[in-house]
Amino acid sequence: MSSVNTSRRPFNLRPIYVYGVLILMAGIVLIPLVATALGGFKSVGELRTDPFGLPRHWNFDAYGQILASGRYWQMQLNSLIIACMTVVLTLAVASMAAFVFAQVKFFGSEFLLSYFLLGLMFPAATAILPLFIKIRDLGLLDTYWGVALPQVAFGLGMSILLFRNFFKQIPEELLDAALMDGCSYIRFFWSITLPLSRPILATVGIVTFVTSWNNYLLPLILLNSESKYPWPLGIMLYQGEYTSAWNMILAFVTLTILPTIIVFFAAQKHIVAGLTSGAVKG
Amino acid sequence: MAFSDAVPKTIKQGTLGGRSLSARQGRIGSNWTVLVLFLPPALLLFTLFVVIPILQAGWYSFFDWNGYGRPDHFVGMRNYLLLLKQHAFRTALTNNVLIIVVSLVVQLPLALWLATLLAQRIRGAVAFRMIFFLPYVLAEIAAGMIWRFVYDGDYGLVASLAHGLGFQSVYLLADRNLAMYAIIVVIVWKYFGFHMMLYIAGLQSIDRSYYEAAEIDGATRGQMFRRITLPLLKPTIVLTVFFSVIGSMQLFDLIMPMTRGGPSDSTQTMVTYLYSYGITRMRIGFGSAVGVTLFLICVIFAFGYKKAFMRNE
Repeated sequence: MSSVNTSRRPFNLRPIYVYGVLILMAGIVLIPLVATALGGFKSVGELRTDPFGLPRHWNFDAYGQILASGRYWQMQLNSLIIACMTVVLTLAVASMAAFVFAQVKFFGSEFLLSYFLLGLMFPAATAILPLFIKIRDLGLLDTYWGVALPQVAFGLGMSILLFRNFFKQIPEELLDAALMDGCSYIRFFWSITLPLSRPILATVGIVTFVTSWNNYLLPLILLNSESKYPWPLGIMLYQGEYTSAWNMILAFVTLTILPTIIVFFAAQKHIVAGLTSGAVKG
Repeated sequence: MAFSDAVPKTIKQGTLGGRSLSARQGRIGSNWTVLVLFLPPALLLFTLFVVIPILQAGWYSFFDWNGYGRPDHFVGMRNYLLLLKQHAFRTALTNNVLIIVVSLVVQLPLALWLATLLAQRIRGAVAFRMIFFLPYVLAEIAAGMIWRFVYDGDYGLVASLAHGLGFQSVYLLADRNLAMYAIIVVIVWKYFGFHMMLYIAGLQSIDRSYYEAAEIDGATRGQMFRRITLPLLKPTIVLTVFFSVIGSMQLFDLIMPMTRGGPSDSTQTMVTYLYSYGITRMRIGFGSAVGVTLFLICVIFAFGYKKAFMRNE
């Protein structure tokens, strides 16, 4: 860091050093991703000799074949259904609970909040076997809800925390005045808190969506039939079937991460805010 | 935080301030409706799918049970003793520790270094931040798959690098002694951007005037970094260390597409171990013992760490 001292040198070397480092790191991050996307356009033979470069002939077969298969779309649809269930339920349940923690004074409030925050301390995997038994006994094994409900439960701690921190910024005077005028807590929540909370709803919603979209462990344990598999499970199956047809696998990987990348660049502000600020406040 | 901007200014001024004193006290009697309607859904879901399973894991871990019928074969501490004796479990623990050490020694300093470069107003900073954050957003499964290709001895980028330099093909992920290091590279690749973002947020909240004053006093960049940046960034650093440790304990998805814990258990982590030895063999009792061990490690660490470093938060 300290080796280059800009102020005392005739030539300013610092920009070269800064951009050198940044471009090198960007290369390390991007080259595997770009090679993956390009790999889908190559033949297996070409992948063996030249995995880096541009394809000699742009071969659209792998991509075409996958896009034409029902399997790819079924996987995406499954992921989408599970993610939407998780997001809707998380937003409803977590915002209500967080409202109580932020705005209503009651005995045991602190204790209950730390009860939820306990969930932030350990991985979901610790209780995965009893969870499997529970879902089985409830008859939810191999259903979308069987995956969505535990996902909501495991995400509650973080979501409640994010919501509560936001709701706390709504001035108390507003609530007091509304209560004075005979407005109920529930009506206040519905017509004042929620409309003011669009940014945090978006942030929590997107973070929950991405987490569910990428989740592997829970669906792996809780789903049996291939027709219900979300894409992370489907892609592992696919890889098992096409072991060294790397061009097919790479095309498949590219097509499955494409939605994530598009959503990321479209909603980067919310994603970065959610994934990091939740952390900071924790 | 930035969210506060979203609350309209007029509301912030608190134009209604004067009347607030007794409003809430007067309404305490009606609190219960909102409590009864708003809390139970979250409480129920959380208790049913998070808390009870963990308590049950504690109970099941004393039984030898395959998940059917009732657990009635009580074995006491045998599952735990079995666990401690197993070589694969010790490898998993060692690997988790190794991941934590590399995170602390390589990943976090790298993230901080890049953050100091990108927290300044330079052209393209936002684009670079997004690029570095991108791997964090990708699903672990996809990232693992991509790196399985990168490391593939016949097709991969590493193979063609090796050929280009005149070496034999290397099969990194099939090599018992190298596979874990190959995976750690991927871990750094995947998560450094997340920590970098936290550091950037931390750096941007440091008052510029400290640096201006230091510059006037003739401080060097190194001195400013040690005397101003590091101390003021301490809360963020404390936090990123916490996330590195807890994150390492959860590592599973990334490893599955690359090695599934192999070759010969050399890349097991706590969770892949739990998966290979508890879940796939439906040994509920033994798997629960692994889960409980993992839980205890995480919770003891979390409480101890919070007590030691995060007292003010």
